[in-house]
Amino acid sequence: MITKDVIIIGGGPAGLCAAKMLSDQDVSVLLVDRDHHLGGQLVKQTHKFFGSEKQYAKNRGFEIADILIKDIINKPNIEVLLGATVAGLYKDHVMTVVKDEKYYKYKAKAFIIATGASEKSLAFENNDLPGIYGAGAIQTLMNAYGIVPEEEVLMVGSGNIGLIVSYQLLQAGVKVKGIVEAAPYVGGYKVHASKLKRLGVPFYMQHTVKRAIGSDHLEAVEIVRLTDDFQEVDSDTKIIETKALCIAVGLSPLSQLLGMMEVDMKYVKELGGLVPVLNNLNQTSNPNLFACGDVGGIEEASSAMMEGYIAGLGVLKHLERPHPKHDELLHMYHHELELLRNSAYGEKTLAGLKKLRGGPYAE
Amino acid sequence: MLNKTGIPTKEMVSSKFPSEETLVKPKAILECYEAIPCNPCATSCPFDAIVIEDGLTAIPQLLTDKCTGCGQCVTACPGLAITVCQIVNKKALFKIPYEFLPYPQKGEIWHGLNRGGGIICEAEIKNVIANKSKTALVTVIIDQEYLHDFVTIMRK
Amino acid sequence: MRIKTHPILSFPDKLDVPFYFEGQLMMGKEGDMIAFALHDNGIKTLSKSLKLHRPRGFYCGIGNCSQCKMRVDDVDNVRTCITPLKANMRIEIQKDKGGIK
Repeated sequence: MITKDVIIIGGGPAGLCAAKMLSDQDVSVLLVDRDHHLGGQLVKQTHKFFGSEKQYAKNRGFEIADILIKDIINKPNIEVLLGATVAGLYKDHVMTVVKDEKYYKYKAKAFIIATGASEKSLAFENNDLPGIYGAGAIQTLMNAYGIVPEEEVLMVGSGNIGLIVSYQLLQAGVKVKGIVEAAPYVGGYKVHASKLKRLGVPFYMQHTVKRAIGSDHLEAVEIVRLTDDFQEVDSDTKIIETKALCIAVGLSPLSQLLGMMEVDMKYVKELGGLVPVLNNLNQTSNPNLFACGDVGGIEEASSAMMEGYIAGLGVLKHLERPHPKHDELLHMYHHELELLRNSAYGEKTLAGLKKLRGGPYAE
Repeated sequence: MLNKTGIPTKEMVSSKFPSEETLVKPKAILECYEAIPCNPCATSCPFDAIVIEDGLTAIPQLLTDKCTGCGQCVTACPGLAITVCQIVNKKALFKIPYEFLPYPQKGEIWHGLNRGGGIICEAEIKNVIANKSKTALVTVIIDQEYLHDFVTIMRK
Repeated sequence: MRIKTHPILSFPDKLDVPFYFEGQLMMGKEGDMIAFALHDNGIKTLSKSLKLHRPRGFYCGIGNCSQCKMRVDDVDNVRTCITPLKANMRIEIQKDKGGIK
């Protein structure tokens, strides 16, 4: 059994910011990530980020990852464990980890869960054929590993991920055959849609995938028109030949470890699925357990960073070593979150948070 | 309309363009139609010519008199929604952001595209400035009649 | 196919890494994850479903969906999308649920 002060599970933007907050106040941290690099999903984001300077706006995602990692990588009080999958988290504050086919047990005074989210899938005939990928996988393949996914891709989903990955596919020299969207309107930022429209990418609005066609591999996709209340119009279908279908229909929080700890959770559609109930210090109903980033509700890296700092402040207070500027910083980060959520897109998050915590959710 | 198609209407586009008289000098065209938390255009302007009312989310407005058409905002905008425009001798000079390889070369003639991706005119490449943010600034010349239609270029 | 030039990213040349897929010699690059090296070699089917033996490839690419599980150097159920490729690895499609040896 190895004992640590604080263990952070997940080395993406939320986990990295929490680690910095704690390390700067001389708390020793173990940062665990199952991948072989820190930075989470930021490392494959090649587009410039929105937001304000506090969230490193104007920088490309992978540049922001570099900044956050540089901030913590040589700190003597931060130990990083990569390629390490957390297998379990137990109520006696024991965490089990599998790394290099060995099994380790850790104990800590406090845990921060920053495990992020995972791609949702879409139900249609033959949706398990090779050639059908989550948008994140396509992004990983081309941006992180420099491998062309296929010569052409059909994208499903016009939220920010679908739009951004489509643009990145064009930059990698891949033809985007179109974007299939069930709703009558584009889901993501209009500037992302405009970038694609002016490059001639067709948008198949009010359509969904009826079935994938192929035996060993995807060969073509049949899309079907939808009515305003999302009913399939069987007579109005179209077959699009493509060797790759990219599914970008949303993310789901990876909240399994929180489930193991049996903290109060709620299913909130606006936040992406099953999420923990958190107070204004990002603390769960188990006082030793905190959560930040997408695992608490699907948003963006910009919010994940702010929540990571807040969780750090929360853990400091919990360990009875509050940050000397606790109130001032807490107020500042919550204010930043408010600003980030102050748009038509933020309204969905705010509605979700209201459902989750009731009323103005800051206690 | 923008919601459903990703293409702004003619009225929306022309509302972002200053008058022809003003465009005798180069000015930024901020084609940002949606209020989202994002302010690199305003923070990167060396002349404080871009104003965002609440500092972050409101749609940015150009203070035309202060704008020198330097193009810093063009490469700063994460949405690639800004160009710089100037009218000279019945031609329109545009500085546009460009993020594909290979870059155009000075002197080449490319297709000029409208916001729906349609080819509408010829665009002569006047200059290409690469920058370390990897968004190149490309200066093109088109006929003035395409002022409100032209938005980007495609290799012939 | 590897991306040679990219407007935003740079992909420096990397060392070749030989490996075996179902006994056949293939080449990957240093730093590849197994599933992606296979993809570059045109191998898209990584596993088969248990009852109907339907072909499956990777879906999420970050270690969640488990469609990419393969037998690597006689170890079953390796999530090949998050496991680095090493020289002379022997990679096979699992015929069954696999087990712990």
